[in-house]
Amino acid sequence: MRNENEEEKLTPEDFERVTIDAHHSERIEKPSLSFWQDAWLGLRKNKAAIVSMVVLLLVILMALIGPYLNGHAGDSQNLRHANLPPKIPGIEATGFFDGDGKLAGKTVNLYEMKKVDEYYWFGTDGLGRDLFTRLWEGTRVSLFIAFVAAAIDMVIGVAYGGISGYFGGRTDDIMQRVVEILIGIPTLIVVILMIMIMDPGITAIIVAITITGWIGMSRIVRAQTLKYKSREFVLASRTLGAKDGKIITKHLLPNMLGIIIINTMFTIPNAIFFEAFLSFIGIGLQPPAASLGTLINDGYKVMENQPYVLLFPAIVISVLMIAFNLIGDGLRDALDPKMKD
Amino acid sequence: MSDNLIEVRNLKQYFNAGKSTEVRAIDDISFTIKRGETFGLVGESGCGKSTTGRTMIRLYDATAGQVLYNGVDVHAPKSKKENHELNRKMQMIFQDPYASLNPRMKVLDIIAEGLDIHGLVKGKTDRKQRVIDLLEIVGLNREHAERYPHEFSGGQRQRIGIARALAVDPEFIIADEPISALDVSIQAQVVNLLKELQVEKGLTYLFIAHDLSMVKYISDRIGVMYFGKLVEMAPADELYRNPMHAYTKSLLSAIPLPDPIYERSRVRHPYNPKDHQYGPDEKVEFREVAPEHFVLCSEKELAEMQATHV
Amino acid sequence: MTKILEVKDLELSFHTFAGEVKAIRGVNFDLHKGETLAIVGESGSGKSVTTKSIMRLLPESSAEYKNGEILFEGRDLTKIPEKNMQKIRGKDISMIFQDPMTSLNPTMTIGRQIMEPILKHQKLNKSAARKQTIELLNLVGIPNAENRYKMYPHQFSGGQRQRIVIAIALACNPKVLIADEPTTALDVTIQAQILELMKDIQKKTDTSIIFITHDLGVVANVADRVAVMYGGRIVEIGTVDEIFYNPQHPYTWGLLSSMPSMDLEDQKLYAIPGTPPDLLNPPKGDAFALRSEYAMKIDMERQPPFFKVSDTHYAATWLLHSQAPQVEPPALIIERMKTFKGSRYYVDQTGGTV
Repeated sequence: MRNENEEEKLTPEDFERVTIDAHHSERIEKPSLSFWQDAWLGLRKNKAAIVSMVVLLLVILMALIGPYLNGHAGDSQNLRHANLPPKIPGIEATGFFDGDGKLAGKTVNLYEMKKVDEYYWFGTDGLGRDLFTRLWEGTRVSLFIAFVAAAIDMVIGVAYGGISGYFGGRTDDIMQRVVEILIGIPTLIVVILMIMIMDPGITAIIVAITITGWIGMSRIVRAQTLKYKSREFVLASRTLGAKDGKIITKHLLPNMLGIIIINTMFTIPNAIFFEAFLSFIGIGLQPPAASLGTLINDGYKVMENQPYVLLFPAIVISVLMIAFNLIGDGLRDALDPKMKD
Repeated sequence: MSDNLIEVRNLKQYFNAGKSTEVRAIDDISFTIKRGETFGLVGESGCGKSTTGRTMIRLYDATAGQVLYNGVDVHAPKSKKENHELNRKMQMIFQDPYASLNPRMKVLDIIAEGLDIHGLVKGKTDRKQRVIDLLEIVGLNREHAERYPHEFSGGQRQRIGIARALAVDPEFIIADEPISALDVSIQAQVVNLLKELQVEKGLTYLFIAHDLSMVKYISDRIGVMYFGKLVEMAPADELYRNPMHAYTKSLLSAIPLPDPIYERSRVRHPYNPKDHQYGPDEKVEFREVAPEHFVLCSEKELAEMQATHV
Repeated sequence: MTKILEVKDLELSFHTFAGEVKAIRGVNFDLHKGETLAIVGESGSGKSVTTKSIMRLLPESSAEYKNGEILFEGRDLTKIPEKNMQKIRGKDISMIFQDPMTSLNPTMTIGRQIMEPILKHQKLNKSAARKQTIELLNLVGIPNAENRYKMYPHQFSGGQRQRIVIAIALACNPKVLIADEPTTALDVTIQAQILELMKDIQKKTDTSIIFITHDLGVVANVADRVAVMYGGRIVEIGTVDEIFYNPQHPYTWGLLSSMPSMDLEDQKLYAIPGTPPDLLNPPKGDAFALRSEYAMKIDMERQPPFFKVSDTHYAATWLLHSQAPQVEPPALIIERMKTFKGSRYYVDQTGGTV
């Protein structure tokens, strides 16, 4: 309101009328970004999630190739080589992982004592099995169980929740009562019963984890379905004559995918943890099969004298849990900013 | 063929019928819409105007009554083909431009959805060309086809919604508060577009809104709803010149106009349903007070209204 | 008239993923005691951000005050510490939001919600505060206040909730009341009641009101003065009569002509073409030029300064420059100008042009 004295510098040409193409202002300057591209941009800024992803990929890679790296088989027993501490070539000179271990209260180099020329990178257990190989075999089993369990949870949960929410009414009532009954039974009891009926093993554990695990996913998917099915774009599709299948696959699922992925990312570490827990209390995998849980169980028994048996599986399981949770958090922030608070 | 495209007869829509939570969203309303005309439905939130539109297009099943489209009851069971055909002829434009477009789909696929469902195009290039034509009809252009809804402003989104409805070549469009979420300057764009399309394509509209000044502008005839009932129905000018029902009067007197001098002297007439003081055996019905002008009233009120009508 | 609030050259930006959004690009206005200043504009014009920046309600992580000051009682609200701001918020300046349901806490009785600011700012004891609460509820027209102040928000209708929100805002006799689209979520009949209530209260308490809305009808009803915002700037400011009967900026012309008037017959509505500018890359000159049929070369290059129309009326358009060609406003605007003394189209009673 104060400056109105710029008369001097202006020429009559400045005041020539110009015609403007009205369409010009309809132009959108921003580059076109799909939802997923946008989410990736967001995720890329989250350093913790990116580091976690790299670490996770490394762990998965090791789980795949680790067992073949040092030539020892995970199930070959060699009692002469039992209870050896870690010895890693190259690092041994620094004083760490040089094969020194305690025997009757004295520090001695067990490799020299037992005249072992080979290197056991992470040591051996009481039966002389190479722990490095067993660790990655165990990681592989644990990850396999977790991924399969999470996938089954996702499929059942999405289908159940989707049907319940989409068709609503009596269908929804009955399906929700079933869920409530299932939730009322303590999981551990169901699991122990399952394992009593079935042979303990990978299948039994997967069944045990999934038997109630999908409920969380189904609830989330049901709530999302209820939210989206009354959205106007779904109504519009119905007025165009779209069939239920089309509405579900084209309108509902793409909008829920973000939340489904996020939820799955949190299911995986839970499954790893649950498997470890079952194996630890002795109703999970049975020897000689290895999983992170059985390895931790083995290590826990000899924690005082051979702490390295416990150390490595414990580190791997912690890293996995942290990595999955950080990735899950990062994905949540990137895919569904509203859920942050 | 009669010239009534739509006939709504004693339509009722009760939610939770029979329970203590029963809501009579639509309580026995009847009206007709002539071919090529715009029928405005106004009322305040919760009066049932949106439910009326949604029941007419079969998003809800009616509790009782009929909606006749070209003489055919839309709610009666029909063959797949007939259903399909009806879906194509009746279309809807929604209120919220942010909720009415699927955020995960490209504009191209949003507009083409109806084309796909009804098999109206052959091949990808034809599909794209049709979408571009539709975009141009609503004042957008080809470069918008590959974009996602969140990149558009409210008015542009609403025009995409219109293009989606137009894609299947409908005869009758229900516009459910299509402008109430838009800015004033954008409202005019959308209303003008709807009017142009009506002339070009001979469309019939049901225009649902709470903004009476815009409804008056776009509609030929207007129905006023209050708590599930139609209380007054008349040609647009007649309704504004001669509002008869006390509720219509209160509604009209409450609209602020962009005219400070008028605003300083505007008198509001509050409406209280108790003021009617209907006797126990008085029949309150929809009666014709003047030609084409119907009011929900008792016999006594009818006489009074006819006496004062100019 | 005493100035109660002064906003000077305010510039504010949001930092987003996509870059810096220049939401306010130099806003100036004064608020006088006891007046209602309406700020009108479209969504994204910066009207809401302007008032939120006065209240300092914008997220500190992304919003940045780039320039300018907001003077309230001699203090610059953009610079004082948050602790002092808390004392001003709710006591000296309070705010009413659009949606009455989300601005009330559903788990607290409305009585407690009204009492909260009274207890916090006025240091009254409980019984005195309760008495004042009931008085406030009576003031905003909630009948049977003694019993109803123990009720929860969901037990009230939308209009009544907005009355309660107003009661909370008025609890400490604020000097400035900021109303951000307070009637947009309400029905017309309820809107009329709330507007009457606000005018009534203003008469009783002499509070200054900043009223944000996009509805020109509401503006005509409540405002003493009007500021029209576009693209993060005020483009025209003046008394309500000056803005409605002698508008100067093409944007104001467009806004006023795009409303259907009740007695206008089947004429085509005037629609402003295009969409509002993207404030991520605001246009160089007059932000409205790209949508204006009155655009001139200079509009594309330089932002217009404010030109004085009268002591109270300023407009930022190059059309008012002495060298600019005289243009004919849209027909509807000429109709309006005919009733305004001092406009070049004024027609007096006898019919002669002045």
